[in-house]
Amino acid sequence: MNTTNIIVAGLGGQGVLKVTDILAEVLFRAGYDVKKSEVHGMSQRGGSVSSEVRFGENVASPMVPAGECDLLAVLDISQLEVVLGNVRKDGAVVTPDDVPTDKLAHPKALNTMILGAMAAKLPQVKDEALWIEVVGEAFPEKLRDLNIEMFKVGFASQQR
Amino acid sequence: MSDRMLASGNEAIAMAAFDCGVNLGAGYPGTPSSEILDEFNRLGGRAEWAPNEKCALEVGIGVAEGGGRSIVTMKHVGLNVAADPLFTIAYSGTAGGLVIVSADDPGMASSQNEQDNRRYAYAAGVPMFEPTDTQECYDYTIAAFELADRFRSPVLLRLTTRVCHSKCVFVRSHAATAPRTGSYTKDSGANVMVPANARKAHRRLRADLHAMQQENEKGAYTLEVAGSKELGVIASGIAFQHVRDAAPEASIFKPGMTHPLPVEAIRSFAASVKRCVVVEEGDPVMYEALRVAGIAVENKPEMYRFGELNVARVRRILAGDVSPEPAPVPGKPPQLCPGCPHRKSFEALRDLNCIVAGDIGCYTLGVMPPFSAMDISVCMGASITVGVGLRKVLPEADARRVVSVIGDSTFWHSGVNGLVELVYNPPATGHVVIVLDNSTTAMTGMQEHPGTGRKLDHVTPATRLSIEKTAAGIGIKNIDIIDTTAENERFKELLRERLASNDCSLIIARRPCIIALAKSKQYAKGE
Repeated sequence: MNTTNIIVAGLGGQGVLKVTDILAEVLFRAGYDVKKSEVHGMSQRGGSVSSEVRFGENVASPMVPAGECDLLAVLDISQLEVVLGNVRKDGAVVTPDDVPTDKLAHPKALNTMILGAMAAKLPQVKDEALWIEVVGEAFPEKLRDLNIEMFKVGFASQQR
Repeated sequence: MSDRMLASGNEAIAMAAFDCGVNLGAGYPGTPSSEILDEFNRLGGRAEWAPNEKCALEVGIGVAEGGGRSIVTMKHVGLNVAADPLFTIAYSGTAGGLVIVSADDPGMASSQNEQDNRRYAYAAGVPMFEPTDTQECYDYTIAAFELADRFRSPVLLRLTTRVCHSKCVFVRSHAATAPRTGSYTKDSGANVMVPANARKAHRRLRADLHAMQQENEKGAYTLEVAGSKELGVIASGIAFQHVRDAAPEASIFKPGMTHPLPVEAIRSFAASVKRCVVVEEGDPVMYEALRVAGIAVENKPEMYRFGELNVARVRRILAGDVSPEPAPVPGKPPQLCPGCPHRKSFEALRDLNCIVAGDIGCYTLGVMPPFSAMDISVCMGASITVGVGLRKVLPEADARRVVSVIGDSTFWHSGVNGLVELVYNPPATGHVVIVLDNSTTAMTGMQEHPGTGRKLDHVTPATRLSIEKTAAGIGIKNIDIIDTTAENERFKELLRERLASNDCSLIIARRPCIIALAKSKQYAKGE
């Protein structure tokens, strides 16, 4: 089985790494080999942040090879042009324009809404309960229900 | 226990240290190494932030000399600070186990240079392991402690950003063992490096390295991937993973212990393939060692010495492609956070047309517009002393514009020595030092330090060292504490006044980091 490549990009503070942490954990529990890559430190001070997840039967490099991204999500539209060059011709792209941001219960929850939309584009994990379980575990109790709700809204927005 | 999990390389090193019964983890925060000690603490290990890497390594040496096990963590440039003890403990060795983690940053995601610390293993004569993923981070940490026991040798565990921070599936295979009880056996012939003892110790070290090489030749730390006889690749660290994607058909030789290299095993491998290429990130360290041994291997083109490798670049290396690489689309550069207390300090330095000798931390971003208020930045602690040097050579009018700017954690790291130099050898115009005190080690993730009054776990109280009392004790004449955000005009006035005088002055710009403040409230509530 080939490796599937995901990139999530945004700006420091938007929760990019939270999205790929959840993605990687879901894919791991679904039985895939997973690698996740990111960069910390100075580059995170309000600047561009991107994180990558690769999954399949046996993943080697933790970094998505240039031009081989199957699913790209950006949390800030300004970052689209920075990372778009990494996407395959037939790759999928999710931006804030693709989700009902008017339904955001809190501006900081955009990341979980986008994650929901991404989940709908990952037929490799059909188990919605698994997604919700891992999203729930990723947040402290007072933010849990809100983020699960936003995930569901994002997921539903991609069902046609 | 369910021991198959997804974890970063740094987390796996912490787990291995815990499972090896490490008595003490010590270090100084630095991307990409910072998470190791936090995680070791979270697991229940005893972890401490030292004021700098030299102190951390020396404490680690003491623990190991007393029969315990210690792990000492730092970023690549931190090992420069700790290099002095490293070179001599390599001679004397330790009774217990000492593993030094050097986390390198090729590509400089968050560093001032991309030095390749594999050079230190050769220069100091210490064995080195280079993991390629999380599993090997765990396995090689355990192997390093085993090797340390057998040879009484400090061991270097050399990581890079992608190995530290990438999460991979791995198996935590060992059960935790209890830390050893320390014991002291007098052996000053082995442990006191006066020349007569050190001469013997150096010979013993070289003999030990030879024995380690013989052992490494047997292949316990080597992975060979069988493949085409047309192309053989020798790869270490993260480069190995890129090679698997870039050239799935190739035969690969991956040494896990990369100093001393298993040169004879590599000689046989190289002879078994038609073309043999060394793919390594950074300097041509393995390539040089293999060429010295007379093995016909190919180096990567010079252009790939710079920055990180990735799958595309490894494909280009193997294709001998030296055409210009496509320039990445520039992203948004990092900047001082909105509400950051450093902002008002740098606005004043800009408005007063100061020549700013800066230092290493978030505040290095003072170099960016709209501040453009940093003129030189070299290494941790250099701001004060570089400022002193500038003042000694510049004409008076310019000398009076020179200000040294340093953060609180950096002050404790190696800025204190600069104050000593300033008071001992003051420039004719005096000098002005500003400590940007946001009460945390912000850049690397809000770690505690000797001035915060809390231990590594953010909760346990510690003696809070005072910058102002220390400076007064050293002999700085004028010491002021000011919140440059709340009292911006007064700050500018004060700065003008101090710049005009011939005294040595210290201004502490004190206001907590807004991110750290929010976090400390969470810690206080036990979240």
